[in-house]
Amino acid sequence: MSIDRRTFLGVAGLSALAIAGKSTLDALARGEEREAASATQVATRWAMVIDPWKCQKEQGCIDCIAACDKAHNVPRFPARAHEVKWIWKEPFDKAFPDQGSLYTAEAFRDRPVLVFCNHCDNPPCVRVCPTKATWKRQDGIVMMDWHRCIGCRYCVAACPYGSRSFNWLDPRPNIKALNLDFPTRTKGVVEKCNFCEERLAKGEQPACVLACKEKALVFGNLNDPTSAVRDLLRSRYAIRRRPELGTQPEIYYLV
Amino acid sequence: MFMFEKAVVGSRRYWSWIGALFAVVLVGFLFYLRQLQLGLGITGLSRDVTWGLYIAQFTFLVGVAASAVMVVLPYYLHDWKAFGKITILGEFLAISAVTMCGLFIVVDMGQPMRIMNVLLYPTPNSIMFWDMVSLGGYLLLNAVIALVTLSAERKGLAPPRWIMPVIIVSMPWAISIHTVTAFLYSGLPGRSFWLTALLAPRFLASAFASGPALLILLAMIIRKLTTFDPGREPIQKLSLIVTYTMIINVFFVLMELFTVFYSQIPEHMAHYEFLFVGLEGHAPLAAWMWASMVLAVISLVLLITPRYRKNERILAVACVMVFLSLWIDKGLGLIVGGFVPTPLGHVTSYIPTVPEMSITLAIWAVGFLMITVFYKIALTVREELAESWLMQ
Amino acid sequence: MRDRGIIIGGLILFLGLITFPVWYNAAAGTTSKGPEPKLPTEEKNCVAPVDYMRSSHMDLLVNWRDEVVRQNVRQFVAFDGKTYTKGLTQTCMKCHASKADFCDRCHTYAGVQPPCWDCHIDPKLIQRSTG
Repeated sequence: MSIDRRTFLGVAGLSALAIAGKSTLDALARGEEREAASATQVATRWAMVIDPWKCQKEQGCIDCIAACDKAHNVPRFPARAHEVKWIWKEPFDKAFPDQGSLYTAEAFRDRPVLVFCNHCDNPPCVRVCPTKATWKRQDGIVMMDWHRCIGCRYCVAACPYGSRSFNWLDPRPNIKALNLDFPTRTKGVVEKCNFCEERLAKGEQPACVLACKEKALVFGNLNDPTSAVRDLLRSRYAIRRRPELGTQPEIYYLV
Repeated sequence: MFMFEKAVVGSRRYWSWIGALFAVVLVGFLFYLRQLQLGLGITGLSRDVTWGLYIAQFTFLVGVAASAVMVVLPYYLHDWKAFGKITILGEFLAISAVTMCGLFIVVDMGQPMRIMNVLLYPTPNSIMFWDMVSLGGYLLLNAVIALVTLSAERKGLAPPRWIMPVIIVSMPWAISIHTVTAFLYSGLPGRSFWLTALLAPRFLASAFASGPALLILLAMIIRKLTTFDPGREPIQKLSLIVTYTMIINVFFVLMELFTVFYSQIPEHMAHYEFLFVGLEGHAPLAAWMWASMVLAVISLVLLITPRYRKNERILAVACVMVFLSLWIDKGLGLIVGGFVPTPLGHVTSYIPTVPEMSITLAIWAVGFLMITVFYKIALTVREELAESWLMQ
Repeated sequence: MRDRGIIIGGLILFLGLITFPVWYNAAAGTTSKGPEPKLPTEEKNCVAPVDYMRSSHMDLLVNWRDEVVRQNVRQFVAFDGKTYTKGLTQTCMKCHASKADFCDRCHTYAGVQPPCWDCHIDPKLIQRSTG
């Protein structure tokens, strides 16, 4: 059988187009499925309000951090360079670089602030992810799919809040006590706070919220006008981190 | 069809060069296996500085790849006959550079086995998706163009008519690959060092200076090692391109410095302070950055002065300086400078580790291997053609 | 044919190498043995019929993965009407508690290494560390 080069190239090209076309159609179809499934959910907007005055009543308290680490098998790497953290404390001038002056009250200036993923309404990390391994759910949570993440760290570069951590090494040896109820991650993927979406699915509050003895963390549905978060936002003034960037963060800090 | 048989015949010097490159590749490859096994933690990267040497090389090499348009456009669009003999060198340089870019992306990835996810789940809002598309397309374009034009030249014919639209498409495509790469950085709201409309023009200017500078050096090396002589004219014309684009590049840098330091916005100034004088005791790149500035100034003096530029020895020195200066600027300073200080204001130093540098060198060696083999093929074809003409 | 010796010798060596799996397994007596996963004793039914699970459990798991992670649909109604929570460690490994005695038996035989347990925890790991 003889086939000339031009014909062969033509057939090969058409076949490649057909395969590419099919997977593109599949991808689009899958997208529609996802829209349909989530449209039937009740419109919720999860958010968190933090009271920095209540937090740190007890010096050096890390109850919420410990609870999150345990609930999600967050590893503790010895080297600071390889740190993985979902929720942690930052000095005030680092959490709010645009606020404060030399004369900000010492108590406030030296009060560490709890920071974690803001689950922004306009998240730059979602915008840049090339595989949709991170996406924004209908209920407001910026979610991660650790099966799909290719570890390119574009989302880490895009996040203006430093909320995301990459697994530089295998996390397993660095987890003190494995929690069976949640998987670990593997080396080479990015992770961050997931608003305890696995607990929300069971109707439970996030682990950090429950762990706080001072009730400094209040979690709730912004779309429910009677929720605790709405009450707090109505009665007190709250700031968010770097609002001028347009990310619309959903973590509010009472002042 | 690919004329590879031309690349397996060579002198002792040729084979020593190939052997040395293979040795560098082997060492780096072994380190990469270790990186696959342990993770990217064996590099000097950290939670704060998540992109470093690998991505910096990728960024620089996209520019070198794009610079092929600087010889292709004048020849095919404006009939600059002087570039007739070196367009193939530019195209082969582009192919090697794009391949290196792809390799740097792969070694930087945390889960390289999942790389097909970018194509399986296309995400048009992600610039990285478009980067993969544009680089892949550019590789394909240049491979086809190089193959077709070289095959035609070998047969003593004009290339087929259909290659012209392909060549025309490759010109805006070359601009697009580096614009898209700049867009990777210049659209991130939290990274003020990169958040400038001037980033893409800066990228293009430095690409169009460093690429032709490398091409000049390669042409001179080939002239020394083989019977191929492009002549004085293409090299002089290329040197003009390097001169003007280097002037534009330095001008752009000065523009950035003015905006940053006249506005006195601390967050914007901090990145330049870290790079040039250091912050909180960390100044890993200060010597490099000042060297880059000094090299840029000296090279401009040499390039602008006609007496020096027309002296090919001095021109070679100037080209080396241009290439080094821009490599430091883009291949070291740009990426790390964007990450330090972090959006929160933390200062974390970054120094590449030995495995990281070895893997980087290995990929450069792969690129040089490709250039060597491609040029050997092209120049052997030309030598054989010249001989057959002589014998007629 | 001066090289007859080398050629024939090389051919024999090649044939020996290429048939290595066949005669090695025959000599070790492993050819007749198929994989023997240890089946759970308490439960009679899995989440799907045995034939389907044997041939397509990987498809089921991938579907579960995408449905839980990407669509937040976490409950699965099995063919016998029972509802299960989708999850490898929480559900599958409740009954198939030993990865080494069940999952690995067939996977080792087939020479596959599914990466699931890089992240999803094998319950025996906890027992080993606390016991």
